[in-house]
Amino acid sequence: MSTAVATPEAPAAAAAPVVEKLTKKALTADHPTWCPGCGDFAVLAMFYRVLEKLNIPQEKIVVVAGIGCSSRFPYFMNTHSLHFIHGRALPLATGVSLSRPDVHVFVFGGDGDGFSIGGNHLNHAARKNVKLTYIIMDNFVYGLTKNQTSPTTPIGRKSKTDPTGAIDRPINPMKQLLASGATFIARTHAAQVKHMEEIFTRAINHDGFSVVECLSECVMFYPGAFDDSTPRKGGTYELIDETQHDVTDDVAAFKLADYLAPGKFGVYYQVNRPTKNALEQKWIDDTQSKLGGVSQKDILRKRFEAMR
Amino acid sequence: MSTATASAPSSSDSKKTLRNAVIRFAGNSQDGIQSIGGFLARLAGRTAQEVMTYMTIPATISGGPSIFQVHLGSGEVLTAGDEADVLVAFYQHSYDGHFNALRQGGICLYDSAEVKEIKHEKGVFHIGIPFTAATVEAIGGSAKDRGKNMFVLGLIVSVFNLDKEKLVGIISRQFGKKDESVLRNALLAFDAGYAYQIGDIEKFALAPGEADSGHRISTDGNQMLSLGLLAAGVRYGAAYPITPWSSIMETLRSELPKYGGIFVQAEDELAAVSMAIGEAFAGHLSMTGSSGPGLSLKMEALGYASMAELPLIVVNVQRGGPSTGLPTSVEQSDLMQAIYGSHGDTPRFVLAPKDVEDCFYIALEAGRIARKYSSPVIILSDQALSSRIEAFEEPDLDKHWVEPTLDQTPRDADWKPYPLDKTTQHAPPGTKMAGGKYPHISGLEHDEWGHPSGNAKMHQQMTNKRRQKLLDAAAEFPAPEVHGDATGDALIIAWGSAWGPAKEACDRLRSEGHKVSAANIRHLHPLPNKLDGVLAGFKNVVCVEMNDFGAYGHGQLAMLLRAKYADPKIKSVCKTDGLAFRVREIVTGVEKHLAAGQA
Repeated sequence: MSTAVATPEAPAAAAAPVVEKLTKKALTADHPTWCPGCGDFAVLAMFYRVLEKLNIPQEKIVVVAGIGCSSRFPYFMNTHSLHFIHGRALPLATGVSLSRPDVHVFVFGGDGDGFSIGGNHLNHAARKNVKLTYIIMDNFVYGLTKNQTSPTTPIGRKSKTDPTGAIDRPINPMKQLLASGATFIARTHAAQVKHMEEIFTRAINHDGFSVVECLSECVMFYPGAFDDSTPRKGGTYELIDETQHDVTDDVAAFKLADYLAPGKFGVYYQVNRPTKNALEQKWIDDTQSKLGGVSQKDILRKRFEAMR
Repeated sequence: MSTATASAPSSSDSKKTLRNAVIRFAGNSQDGIQSIGGFLARLAGRTAQEVMTYMTIPATISGGPSIFQVHLGSGEVLTAGDEADVLVAFYQHSYDGHFNALRQGGICLYDSAEVKEIKHEKGVFHIGIPFTAATVEAIGGSAKDRGKNMFVLGLIVSVFNLDKEKLVGIISRQFGKKDESVLRNALLAFDAGYAYQIGDIEKFALAPGEADSGHRISTDGNQMLSLGLLAAGVRYGAAYPITPWSSIMETLRSELPKYGGIFVQAEDELAAVSMAIGEAFAGHLSMTGSSGPGLSLKMEALGYASMAELPLIVVNVQRGGPSTGLPTSVEQSDLMQAIYGSHGDTPRFVLAPKDVEDCFYIALEAGRIARKYSSPVIILSDQALSSRIEAFEEPDLDKHWVEPTLDQTPRDADWKPYPLDKTTQHAPPGTKMAGGKYPHISGLEHDEWGHPSGNAKMHQQMTNKRRQKLLDAAAEFPAPEVHGDATGDALIIAWGSAWGPAKEACDRLRSEGHKVSAANIRHLHPLPNKLDGVLAGFKNVVCVEMNDFGAYGHGQLAMLLRAKYADPKIKSVCKTDGLAFRVREIVTGVEKHLAAGQA
């Protein structure tokens, strides 16, 4: 955080004040390994576009993910990126965010990674209001392991682990996120490009833990999962009317989350609450201001003196 | 113990000079007996004496039977003492439970209001004193039994003729921060104990301390490990509370803001290690820690750190296992887990401090290795080291201080995160890449750029690359410290807190005419190449460990040594009773192996 940690503003970086325009070409890395038609392609394309628009310095972009199809995301980004273990992308991102307030941390993952194996981390990263943006690409199924029931699979849907249809009640992502204390909660759809752009942009601009559930179809194992919210397939894409919905009202947001499938899309909830990043920095500043500029080595030296 | 030869009663005016004294306080955990021991230990540190303490704590919240043992000595003190010279018993159950810990002819001070039945055995000299009543009388009506620990402290200072002035200074500093009445009552109780007319008992004096002059400090292993991590340049970390690890995270959580750092209390062990890996990826030397069960939970992510080649310090304060086991007892049964606990081939480093002082230096060594080899490093401390107090020379920070760095200098176009021809050194976020190509950090097997690769040749090459760190380090690591001659009939090998009693056992065996030496291994994995030459000088190698000898008859380190050297001269002395080794247990074990060797 650190004023204390020697953070050499890289001399060469400082000497190059020319603001380079971030381009999709610069951001592109490996060709995605996703199946043709996968909804995740649209999410990736939109993420490139939003980053271009925001023109965040390329070296300051950090993309991390856990395990799953969508969690391959970091390999497709030509930025500092890390592909972690299953379910733990959020605590890893927490470590990056808290220790490097100068970088922008983005987490990508799926419904299994976020709501099942990593479910508890989602609760705690949200309540701590760690500054980062988390996009959950929800396809209602385990795709990488080839068609098992996920925590968002609707009741009755058949899979290899529920051959007679899912019997466990799926979680309601919006309600869960509201209860956990996330400060920006929104829902969008990989097939709704303009809406996705608006929601991603607002999420990234939010100062705190911003989380977006983005429905993204698995054409291989759950084709048609989101037809009911895809107008060209006869569905309805119903947006939240923010002139009617107070995004700072969590009870209203909770009611909104009760809409029958496919539910509503847009920002459910957004409030400003101090981030953990800011609260920790405040503690550091308050503590250091009382020390009167003593060097770190002398702080430790004094500690030893008190133990004599 | 030993050299203390108190014989009571006798004429009261002569003072007998002792070189060692072992005092055991037995009561309940809420009686404040730890603070009696703590004060004595600090006093020893200030009077150039050596000290080692030992305590047991009940694994319950509301207290229960507890002991604190202090071993004071003019010369080197390597154990908390096999037997007590003095037992201070607060209750009948304390008396009954610890009478056997007294040596022949020892002294027992007991609370005459609590202890009613006295054993007439072993020539023990009993002195009944109404601890509570005398304390109440000194402080005044409402004191009840609070403060009786200070009364007992006064008694001990009087019996052993310790430096009262210095001790009052230490007490005053300790209580000075609190309400004025707290200090006043503490000193009233202390003075009452000091002035108490014990009656016809011989008084003793400890010989002057022989420790080097200079600044000496006294503290426990968890404190020294925490401060060592700060000196090593650790500014970020995360953990989850678990006994006996917790006091390290408490210290780091409170101290790090002064240094501009952050220690995060995570929601669980998996999150804790993940956060620390995130901090490492962010370019810092970070750390996490835990005790046995928590280390198991971290294993998947630790394997990731080996695969992704990220520098990370992991502290494991071992306790009695398996499972929840004995949370407040000592054991060394996590060695195999530390080295091999993750799935797949996961090269990483394992170190163990030999005593409380070394907890500081082992943290520095862990930091050096983590940085140099961009690898996870596990420090295996243990419950005994975590809580016992020792006195030693204050570290020279001018010599050892490591300034934290965050290397964001732009990398050249040919820079790669996982080069096959050299050790990985990552470019953290914020670093510009001259070639325009940014690194991927990956848990999938990968090529030199971090891109996933299922290529058979690449997997073998990357496996070789990761293994090479261990081979390079084994060549670089110093030879283990050997106490005694370079050749002989037996070499006792001990690691962690078993080193103290092992070294003392070595001395005792030598004084009995055995050709025995002792070696301490701090670098447990990889083992230093120079160990080969050390073992070569001995007919027998006896590993002393607090873990079970298992299906194959050898402790965990002995198994590794046997795997490395394929030599039947490597033997084991093992135990898992949750208590630190007594010197005589080691002496007996080594003698048995020596006798078998001659047969």
